[in-house]
Amino acid sequence: MPKRLASSLSDEVLEHVFSFIQSEKDRNVVSAVCKSWYEIERWCRRKIFVGNCYAVSPEMVIRRFPQVRSIELKGKPHFTDFNLVPDGWGGYVLPWITEMAGAYPWLDEIRLKRMVVTDESLELIAKSFKDFKVLVLASCEGFSTDGLAAIAASCKNLRELDLRESEVDDSSVHWLSHFPETYTSMVSLNISCLGSGEVSFSALERLVSRCPNLRSLKLNRAVPLDKTANILRLAPQLVEFSACTYSAELRSDVFSNLAGAFSNCKELRSLSGFWDVVPDYLPAIYSVCSRLTSLNLSYATILSPDLIKLVSHCPSLQRLLVLDYIEDSGLEALASNCKDLQELRVFPSDPFDAEPNASLTEQGLVAVSLGCPKLQSVLYFCRRMSNAALVTIAQNRPNLNRFRLCIIEPNTADYLTGEPFDVGFGAIVEHCKALIRLSLSGLLTDCVFEYIGKYAKKLEMLSVAFAGDSDLGLHHVLSGCESLRKLEIRDCPFGDKALLTNAAKLETMQSLWMSSCSVSFEACKLLSQKMPRLNVEVIDERGPPDSRPENCTVDKLYIYRSVAGPRFDMPPFVWTKDEDLALRLSP
Amino acid sequence: MSSENGKRLLETDAGGLNFEATELTLGLPGEPRVTSDGGAKLGSKRGFSETVDLKLGDNNREVKLGHSLQEAAKSPVSKTQVVGWPPVRGFAKRGKKSCKYVKVAVDGAPYLRKVDLEIYNSYQQLLTSLEDMFSCFTIRNYLNEKKIEQVNGIEYMPTYEDKDGDWMLVGDVPWQMFVESCKRLRLMKSSEAVGLGLTTGPKYSSTN
Repeated sequence: MPKRLASSLSDEVLEHVFSFIQSEKDRNVVSAVCKSWYEIERWCRRKIFVGNCYAVSPEMVIRRFPQVRSIELKGKPHFTDFNLVPDGWGGYVLPWITEMAGAYPWLDEIRLKRMVVTDESLELIAKSFKDFKVLVLASCEGFSTDGLAAIAASCKNLRELDLRESEVDDSSVHWLSHFPETYTSMVSLNISCLGSGEVSFSALERLVSRCPNLRSLKLNRAVPLDKTANILRLAPQLVEFSACTYSAELRSDVFSNLAGAFSNCKELRSLSGFWDVVPDYLPAIYSVCSRLTSLNLSYATILSPDLIKLVSHCPSLQRLLVLDYIEDSGLEALASNCKDLQELRVFPSDPFDAEPNASLTEQGLVAVSLGCPKLQSVLYFCRRMSNAALVTIAQNRPNLNRFRLCIIEPNTADYLTGEPFDVGFGAIVEHCKALIRLSLSGLLTDCVFEYIGKYAKKLEMLSVAFAGDSDLGLHHVLSGCESLRKLEIRDCPFGDKALLTNAAKLETMQSLWMSSCSVSFEACKLLSQKMPRLNVEVIDERGPPDSRPENCTVDKLYIYRSVAGPRFDMPPFVWTKDEDLALRLSP
Repeated sequence: MSSENGKRLLETDAGGLNFEATELTLGLPGEPRVTSDGGAKLGSKRGFSETVDLKLGDNNREVKLGHSLQEAAKSPVSKTQVVGWPPVRGFAKRGKKSCKYVKVAVDGAPYLRKVDLEIYNSYQQLLTSLEDMFSCFTIRNYLNEKKIEQVNGIEYMPTYEDKDGDWMLVGDVPWQMFVESCKRLRLMKSSEAVGLGLTTGPKYSSTN
């Protein structure tokens, strides 16, 4: 019998080979080759990504991977961002930190998204991991500046502290001053979410001036212009910078100081912030514009003419985030100036007004899709769309991999023909074969889902709202989309039948969210019984779902696969089949 | 119940919202949803009235709106009440000078809500929105000196914690001043509020 190849290479050699394999997906494949490869791989895996913190328990992760250095965890579902998940649902990181504190003394990176992080967790991190380097808290909450002070005081080798979009309580502690004078390692600092009382300028300036490796600095709104210039002069090596509040009137001394400071920054590639920016100050950044690859103007209330001027100075732009003030004319200018553009996000300046307050229509998006050959990722809010425009976009940009369109008014039809957008989105999924993320909007029938099921074979994440006619729509998606991992649906007439018919599919996905749809509690219980490796959570603040009439539908439903079984930290408004109702206290 | 209470706040809204359409119905797959105004875009689907997160008791109970309809009709609060639509994260932060998210706690409820004070222009709008959010509780409305029909026999008083850490009754100061100084809101049971000496009505008129 010929010697098997797998056993002819020693463990050390294999481990060395595996060390070149960084991607999570590839590592998973490697570990599935045979038992010995599984064993070798698990001892040398250093980086873990857990897309749903409840899919697996910390103990299980530690048991399989004993020598992890870097972990990324995500907690609450995406629709939390739009206030659809009540506070207290879950996503607590403390149990993870507690377990890892004992098992991974050399853990140096923790990245969290949409999790509840307490000061206790931060203090535990600060004292448990001696060589801690990276802390990213994206859209997290539950902690205060006390926790940050603990991190600052203890983590001598901290390189990255990124609090993007998190909610931080102000405990009035001057946490920045807790970085000792000997601390010089900062490479990336993002405190843009902090309020005005939470940052001391002098502490900030001292910190910046003693950290020569600082590459990315994102400050909060409260730093005034003259301070901005000072800080930039202290860190001319910056690659990413978030500019601060611009003052009300143009002062030529402030302007020239700022312009001078920017002109020193030869490495600057990414700018954001721009809250309350006054257009007269914009020329202060012109010296860096030609090198800029990323520009986030989504907080800037500047109008199209000034935006056009700015954008025409930025030929290297790859990523632009902007408000609809840019208008179609601005997007046309973008299309002719920025041939390297890969990502465009246009946000509504006034999402709740029925009338548009800026002349932004489907034309702008069409112009960019025609003019920017490298465009891959689109997020576009508008009030008007046509199937013709969508078809044009699809045919011209088959390389799109993320397409998220939000026509602001639900059930808006094609303004030219009055038809639903089935054909338009159908063209998108048919032509854009690499599409991994799609968000739908506007008037849509079950037909669009038939197209999606048929063509969107690489689609991993789909967001649907106010669409479809019947269970058939949901069935098309669940039965057709082979790569689907995350499906989030709100306000659609999808119900029990499609869900139960495709129960097995749900175990191949990370999660399914359905709110304001037509699913009954009976179906949820049935699904839960049928599929023991799914956690079926009914989120309903109205009280026990059993107590309502038989045909009443659940408010919100969150289904996710898990090898950890049901969780033990569910709040009173989350209902599962195992509910011992006697233990529940009604709110 | 007066005819005023029977009308939707949103009747004056251009969308022509049809309340019936938002009642929970279960049709068989493939059955069209019943509409009473066939042409309207929103008529056949769930519309913006999907605002009430908390409905204790009878599902068919109409949402109480016993406030002055004229006041409410003037201001376009209706669309901002749709939970999570359009899906813009921190929407109030974009294109605005500031955003003021405060937590709202209700005595007896096990969860908190957050509201952005910047999206309201008056106490009226804020209280309307809070009533919608916590519809099983009645909020004592001092501004109009009107007694709102009690649902479960418990009245709640809207209070807030200001910058100095003091608990004040909502409505005591001009609206803008309130927005700037409010750190968090608490709907306190009236019985408790009495104990804290917060029963005096606002010195400030309801017309601002």
